[in-house]
Amino acid sequence: MSSKTLLNSKEIEIILHRLACQLIENHNDFSNTVLIGLQPRGTFLANRLKEILTEQYHIKNLKLGLLDITFYRDDFRRREEPLEATNTTIDFLIEDKNVILIDDVLFSGRSIRAGLSAIQDFGRPKLVELLVLIDRRFSRHLPIQPNYKGRQVDAINQEKVKVYWKETHNKDAVYIEHNT
Amino acid sequence: MKHLSVNHLLGIKYLNKSDIDLIFETADHFKEVINRPIKKVPSLRDITIANLFFENSTRTKLSFEIAEKRLSADILNFSAAQSSVKKGETLIDTVNNILSMKVDVIVMRHPNVGAGVFLSKHIDAKIINAGDGTHEHPTQALLDSYSIREKLGNVKGKKVVIIGDILHSRVALSNIFALQLQGAEVKVCGPTTLIPKHIASLGVTVETNLKKALEWCDVANVLRVQNERMDINYFPSTREYTQLFGINQQILDNLDKKIIIMHPGPINRGVEITSDVADSSQSIILNQVENGVAIRMAVIYLLAQQIKR
Repeated sequence: MSSKTLLNSKEIEIILHRLACQLIENHNDFSNTVLIGLQPRGTFLANRLKEILTEQYHIKNLKLGLLDITFYRDDFRRREEPLEATNTTIDFLIEDKNVILIDDVLFSGRSIRAGLSAIQDFGRPKLVELLVLIDRRFSRHLPIQPNYKGRQVDAINQEKVKVYWKETHNKDAVYIEHNT
Repeated sequence: MKHLSVNHLLGIKYLNKSDIDLIFETADHFKEVINRPIKKVPSLRDITIANLFFENSTRTKLSFEIAEKRLSADILNFSAAQSSVKKGETLIDTVNNILSMKVDVIVMRHPNVGAGVFLSKHIDAKIINAGDGTHEHPTQALLDSYSIREKLGNVKGKKVVIIGDILHSRVALSNIFALQLQGAEVKVCGPTTLIPKHIASLGVTVETNLKKALEWCDVANVLRVQNERMDINYFPSTREYTQLFGINQQILDNLDKKIIIMHPGPINRGVEITSDVADSSQSIILNQVENGVAIRMAVIYLLAQQIKR
């Protein structure tokens, strides 16, 4: 398997700041906007964005929820390996809020589809936007596009995009792995 | 990735500790789901479940039904009282007819011991035992342990006494298996006539003095006297039973610790437990009912996951 670095730690840092600024541009003080990280992998990105927004851009009372989409997935009973659920922690109402769904890699769009269904169970949002770190733009199965993206990648299907976070791998990095 | 080691839920005795842990972890997620504004997930949209109740039930039937609805499954309800069983149809014929309607999962309560096991050998569907005679009631035992875990943090090392009609109780047997699997100590307490002769062979101790049993335990699971299963008199009178084995607030207040009171329902208030105890802060009876839905969702979800398209 060959692997090449798509983004290093410095580049990720710059991208996160850019994404944070884009969010502020559209959502001002976040008084009616909430962040929702998709479990499991979107939560690292969501937590990091919250940290930047609150500590460096002084956004107060920023709400962040974590959403598990296992029970909404469309591949239940279609996989060899069973699906394993993770926690959902949303201790606020979504009703009439602007919701930013956050995930690390946008690939087929099926996880986001599940996330859109799942979020409706917490109320009727005023608006839902999608923020991803990596957009694999030629891999979509559904008509879903991000509103905010860190980097667009034209990876082919045999290639895997791996996102590493300090919290799990002691460094921030994005790799493209190719099965040879 | 984790999955159950069994293809059906026929009894706790077929499960291992990892199965119970997986069911509890999954139930944790469903408990969060049933406390949302919209308490429903679409996982089982293409699954049909038949609830076959050959014996009366209120709580279990409703709990299974709501669990299935929360998972978006389609449901068929069947009660023996209004069916062709009365006309002499056999169990396999009844179930095969229902299966012809493309049913994937069968939840069954039956008065005969082993009805679920029998069916699982002849029928191509997932079977969940909702009580077979005086044998097992696995989902009740799971929700009981889950409620203890929720209240005390862990089941391991806890002392649980099961009080009352042990002889006729499927709840007792399933609870003994489930609690022991998780490392709890189990004692049974009741009139000698209502305690099975060889129960000590299951590794439980027997106590006929209620006060001593309560002093020993962390949790008391109180059972109903099942008059409908009694063909002879097992004790002189209900009044005497209440005097010797009924739990009232005064008995609890005289203990030097606050024990937890559980009851699988239906309660005969004033017989095995007084109203003030049933409604006290020590009682987790209503928590058990809520947890029952989450546990049943977890069991159905985990078994349905095995059904290949």
